[in-house]
Amino acid sequence: MSERIVVVGASLAGLRGAEAIRLAGHAGPLTLVGDEPHAPYDRPSLSKHVIAGEFGAGATTLPNLVALDAEWRLGQAAVGLDAVKREIVLSGGEQLEYDRLLITTGARARSWHEPLEAALTGVFTLRGRDDAEALRGALARKPERVLIIGGGFIGCEAASVCRDLGLAVTMVDPGPAPLARILGISVSGFLRERMERAGVEIRPNAKVRSLTGEAGRVTGAILEDGAEVSAEIILVALGAIPNTDWLDGSGLAREKGALVCDSHCRVRDESGFIHAEIRAAGDVAAFPHPLYDDGLTRLEHWGNAVAQGAYAGRALVKGDDGPAFSELPTFWSNQFGLTIKLAGLTKGADSLAFVQGSLKDGRFIAAYGHEGRTIAALSFDCARWLPAYAAAIEARAPFPPITGAVDQLTRLGPIDPAWPVAQG
Amino acid sequence: MSLSTLFDEIKDPKNRPDPYPLYARLAGHPVVRQEDGTYLVSSHAAIRALLFDPRISSADLPPAKSPPTGNPFKDWILQPIKDEIVSRHRPLIFRDPPDHDALRRIVMTQFTISRVNAMKARAEAHLGELLDKRCGAREICVVEDIAYPLPVTIICEMLGVPREDEPTFQGWATQLATALEPDARHDEETQGQTRATFDAISAYMKVLIKEKRRHPQDDMLSGLAAGTEAGAMGEFDLIATSILLLVAGHETTVNLIANGMLTLLRHPHELERLRQDAERAPRLVEEILRYEPPVHFRTRKALADIAIAGEVIPEGAPVVLLFAAANRDPARFAEPRRFDPDRPDNQHFSFGGSLHYCLGAPLARIEGEIALVTLARRLIDPRLVDDPPPYREGASLRGPKTLRLSVDRIA
Repeated sequence: MSERIVVVGASLAGLRGAEAIRLAGHAGPLTLVGDEPHAPYDRPSLSKHVIAGEFGAGATTLPNLVALDAEWRLGQAAVGLDAVKREIVLSGGEQLEYDRLLITTGARARSWHEPLEAALTGVFTLRGRDDAEALRGALARKPERVLIIGGGFIGCEAASVCRDLGLAVTMVDPGPAPLARILGISVSGFLRERMERAGVEIRPNAKVRSLTGEAGRVTGAILEDGAEVSAEIILVALGAIPNTDWLDGSGLAREKGALVCDSHCRVRDESGFIHAEIRAAGDVAAFPHPLYDDGLTRLEHWGNAVAQGAYAGRALVKGDDGPAFSELPTFWSNQFGLTIKLAGLTKGADSLAFVQGSLKDGRFIAAYGHEGRTIAALSFDCARWLPAYAAAIEARAPFPPITGAVDQLTRLGPIDPAWPVAQG
Repeated sequence: MSLSTLFDEIKDPKNRPDPYPLYARLAGHPVVRQEDGTYLVSSHAAIRALLFDPRISSADLPPAKSPPTGNPFKDWILQPIKDEIVSRHRPLIFRDPPDHDALRRIVMTQFTISRVNAMKARAEAHLGELLDKRCGAREICVVEDIAYPLPVTIICEMLGVPREDEPTFQGWATQLATALEPDARHDEETQGQTRATFDAISAYMKVLIKEKRRHPQDDMLSGLAAGTEAGAMGEFDLIATSILLLVAGHETTVNLIANGMLTLLRHPHELERLRQDAERAPRLVEEILRYEPPVHFRTRKALADIAIAGEVIPEGAPVVLLFAAANRDPARFAEPRRFDPDRPDNQHFSFGGSLHYCLGAPLARIEGEIALVTLARRLIDPRLVDDPPPYREGASLRGPKTLRLSVDRIA
């Protein structure tokens, strides 16, 4: 009997998962369900080239690396799961039976918490290709000022594009410096300097209280300290929320909204039972990473969607226990003429060392340590050496991992990464 | 013989015609210590890891030392100063970041892809002339008649070296290329000759650069001499860089063309396909680079203890990156001993990798493609006179000394 496999979530992790399912030898029916009408597409360029108008969102369609011979259910969201009957309900009311299920529903942009304000014309979030197209159109009309709420990666990349387009930008950042929550203030201070030099007006440690509008169009925002910022365009870039609402009532366990998985991407239900026939991958999955013992890890990285999607797809078919999923987390970002790359996870780092490059030139590698072990390495325009640090992190090398290297920064001993005080 | 003296065998000229069985013995031994403390690195994965490891240095030349002249003023005052200057301003292949990066950025403003592409027509025309000169001959030497004259003409033109000086340059380039061989660095006689050549070519370059400053033209030396948007080089670096550009693109391309023709004659089916279809040239050149690389290995130095593949390369140890062995690593290439231009994902190390990746690679590819296509078309029924051909001495820059072909005619 040939088993039916369903992949819910037709983005990067789902596509790479589906390809792995075929590569692993599954010859039976394969169905991909996606809530968007688009074939799987690549997101990294949305917040860069697409909103800059360098190429259209249509150019982001992902290449199919393996013949899938799949049934596509695009434009139909999954709205429910019965893990006992092994059945998925689609938005049109149709029921899809499965024998094995891969959940790759990803995450969505956190929208502005006040729905009436969020609905004002000129208020955007940026996650999908339609969002990017809409924002591109709005930026092309040369707004007087763009207000970006949030100092994370999407906010920073969008700010960079806006400055390239010659637009005035204000960034209201709840943290002390952009990306401080991920990189620590000691490192993100360099980025803040770079952004300010590029002409971004940054309001650190600030929050927006409300958005203002007139005749249905946004006109600006009022900050919690009462200051007003007028803007024709507001980009709400406050992070992402895992797409698991459709699993309400399914009994599958969730932590902070993400699906709770074991080390092999198998999902767990609320009673602790492991479903070997359901695996999850990508932004939606929280899993124990062998290098980072402290609880579950959820990653919104492109590389993780690729690796974990492929791992989970294969494991779903093979059903074996094999080695745990252990891909080293990595990401990159391009902004303000910089290429920022991170290998490993900085969470919990208690020390930081600038190990190579030149702080004066704003080109360096910084290593993060935790209790004497190297857990992450960050590159600002110095990525060529990152593979050596990635290998050191995977080998649980002492901190700092590499000494005596070329282009070494020797004078600076380990310092405090300076984590921002947790925000409520 | 044990693996701990394998590098001696690799360097032994009697193994020049076919060093590949020696490399094959390194399978399963990605990092091997030699008796003299040198580390041989041969697997694709280990070489890759070391190329991207910041504890690996390219500054592995011994300090410059002029041969004694007998004149105490020269030997004790002048020469040591000159030696110090030479040691500090090595060409960028012997430099580490950040100096290397700054120099390379400046070179890249001049070694532009449009300048490289402009050489296509020039190379075709020059090859035509070279073959026309041999028209009517029943024998041709690929090395002397084609592979040597072509690259030197092209690089001289790109740099802006007057054509009448080309023959002098060819001699200098050949002498300086021997400096890349590891043993030559420690051999006093060769070092002396190399140094004398270096001094001669430096003096020539100095004059030429002055001339370029007075009368700038549309060539690389004029651009470098005038300073670029990425900065300007100091005088000593400018001279060292000009010499490097001249030499590096020279012997290597000679080997690419000669090895290419030799390989095609050993695989006549591929030669025939190329004759029918010039579009095959890029794939062919890539596979020739993997299969018979112009540069078999390069050396580095470990700046700190490096744990790799179960070994620890200690601080200060000389490291040999055996690119030619990695190009035939069965863990990376299916059927590595088979010459297969249709091989997918042909990521060879014949241009090195990482920060020192050959900046002349696009030019080498163009010259290789044009030379092979032209030879395939114009040599009617070519046959190898000697197989294997005699080889030049170099174990790193390995290639035929001569490659004589008998032909029915030259079309």
